[in-house]
Amino acid sequence: MLGLNKKDTSLLIIVALLTLLAPFILNPFPEGSAMAQFNAGYPDLMQRFVIFGIFAIGFNILFGLTGYLSFGHAAFLGVGSYSAVWMFKLLSYNVIPAIALSVVVAGLFSLLIGFVSLRRSGIYFSILTLAFAQMSFALAYSVLSNPKFNLTNGETGLQVYADDPQILQGANAPDLPHLFGLPMRATYTMDVGAWSFDFNAGYYLCAVIMMVVFYLAIRIFRSPFGMMLRAVKSNQQRMNYTGLNSKPYTLAAFVISGMYAGLAGGLMAAMDPLAGAERMQWTASGEVVLMTILGGTGTLIGPVLGAGFIKYFENIFSKINDNVLHSWFAFLPDGLEDAVVFLIHPFIGKGWHLTLGILFMLVVIYLPGGLVEGGQRLLNWFKRKKTGADDAPSGKTEPAE
Amino acid sequence: MAILRVKDVSKRFGGLKALTDVNLSVEENSVHAIIGPNGAGKSTLLNCLVGKLMPDTGSVLFDNNSVLGLEPFQINQMGISRVFQTPEIFGELTVMENMLIPIFAMRDGAFRMHAYETIANEKVVVEQAEAMLEEMNMADKREMHAASLSRGDKRRLEIGMCLSQNPRLLLLDEPTAGMARADTNNTIDLLKQIKEERDITIAIIEHDMHVVFSLAERITVLAQGTPLVEDTPENIRGNPKVREAYLGEAA
Ligand SMILES: Nc1ncnc2c1ncn2[C@@H]1O[C@H](COP(=O)(O)OP(=O)(O)OP(=O)(O)O)[C@@H](O)[C@H]1O
Ligand SMILES: [Mg+2]
Repeated sequence: MLGLNKKDTSLLIIVALLTLLAPFILNPFPEGSAMAQFNAGYPDLMQRFVIFGIFAIGFNILFGLTGYLSFGHAAFLGVGSYSAVWMFKLLSYNVIPAIALSVVVAGLFSLLIGFVSLRRSGIYFSILTLAFAQMSFALAYSVLSNPKFNLTNGETGLQVYADDPQILQGANAPDLPHLFGLPMRATYTMDVGAWSFDFNAGYYLCAVIMMVVFYLAIRIFRSPFGMMLRAVKSNQQRMNYTGLNSKPYTLAAFVISGMYAGLAGGLMAAMDPLAGAERMQWTASGEVVLMTILGGTGTLIGPVLGAGFIKYFENIFSKINDNVLHSWFAFLPDGLEDAVVFLIHPFIGKGWHLTLGILFMLVVIYLPGGLVEGGQRLLNWFKRKKTGADDAPSGKTEPAE
Repeated sequence: MAILRVKDVSKRFGGLKALTDVNLSVEENSVHAIIGPNGAGKSTLLNCLVGKLMPDTGSVLFDNNSVLGLEPFQINQMGISRVFQTPEIFGELTVMENMLIPIFAMRDGAFRMHAYETIANEKVVVEQAEAMLEEMNMADKREMHAASLSRGDKRRLEIGMCLSQNPRLLLLDEPTAGMARADTNNTIDLLKQIKEERDITIAIIEHDMHVVFSLAERITVLAQGTPLVEDTPENIRGNPKVREAYLGEAA
């Protein structure tokens, strides 16, 4: 289907089902129950899942296929957000021109940064991209924000003001980002017994876009171009002696991943019409690296899983506090309860970074193929249990699952 | 007619004269061996032919066109393929993919953004790659990762990848170095077969005299960066100067 083989088609269908049904899947616990705080099915977080999924899918096209590790991709995310907000300010709150411009501008910006950074490879390339991103951050934070020329609105962040031109904004159009009149914030809440599910317009826009760009990523992975990108990672010397110029290949991958990042940035602004410089900071660049590695570098679905995993932790784990812990362990004798809470305390709330760090280390050490490898091992283990050990499938993982 | 002409090529590394006034002609459709003791400058000479090194002086003409200053991929497109001392293949890719890449490179040139096509739909390229694997006797290994091949098979694959581009000149730098006797003999047979079946010129750097005398029609002996003699294998065998510079040492 759609020019994909059977395996890829089923992967695409599974991803489509999971994203479309996410409001149900992510809200498994009844409203008001003790477990309800583990529900992730609220619009804000679901949007973040798919937006960062897009960011990571694009990053993986560069890092997973060519092996070039960029530490500056947040710059493109930020550029995308700024472009989108400018579109809101100048044209209208319709998200389509905003998203389109964010992709185009991020593409041009990544062409420039990629052209310079790709003169080097390995660690030097990484450092160059990091330097560029930090420069962009500094530009956005202060340099490009002065009374004479205010492109980024500095610390405050770029936002839409009442006196902005908005030349195409219709009189009746909603006064916040919308898709031809449908506000991104529009949410339909469905109550089923004790459960409650949110269907949010913004989330579904992001989800559909993610499915499209996920499909494009599969096409790239399976194309001759994708094979050339893997050849770059594998052996550039052989490539050059085979009549291939590896530079335009890596640059193309860099620009594609930059455009994915710009798209993610544009969507962020479309969900919440605000762009700040902190979106470009190196921690944000590092985050997408973590997402990709955690999920499974060079795999199709890995980056999406990694993005979801990290965003879930950031938003859910960080909300567990001591009171919650006490309520969980109330059944223990008082002294023991305090001790257990004391032990767990560093790993929850603000300490979620600690938990994530430990998990990340465990994954990198024991599952170099990331969560995808973990999933495959589990699957193989189940299969072996079912069919008996004699005709067990080999545990070998395929590179581009 | 000489397909490759090297004229007065010199190359220094700091104070070290790696090559001094090297002159060399390789006749079209011949097998030309370059031998010489360690450090004689053989690899340096080869690197000057394929764009890896830039000679300080002199000229290198391939089919009467200068190759100096060109990138390796451009020189490859002129019709020169190179086999490395340790096989350079795409280890993480499958054997089939290894074979597809040079054929795509032949068809599409140095860069093409064919990001929306599917490899399986490129029927002509796939068929060519399959035929080449067949010819290399590797069809049964097509889905293996190239890194997991034996040393001899890696060499075979690399030669196949080069041949799939129908090069006019095939350069080999010690293709049997570090190989077991059986693999060496296989490689000799493979090269002989290639020579019989195609119009191709082969230039080979080799330490193993068994390989050299099995294949070469002409031999150039390089010592301390300059060609000592160039002659037929029979005459080289009996040449006292060569014995002194090279064979004597090796024996
Ligand atoms: N990149 C380099 N920088 C400095 N010196 C070099 C470089 N490459 C080669 N040399 C030196 O140039 C001389 C010739 O080296 P070359 O590798 O061409 O010899 P060779 O004939 O191929 O030897 P071998 O039979 O050991 O492969 C050697 O002394 C070597 O140390
Ligand atoms: Mg050498």
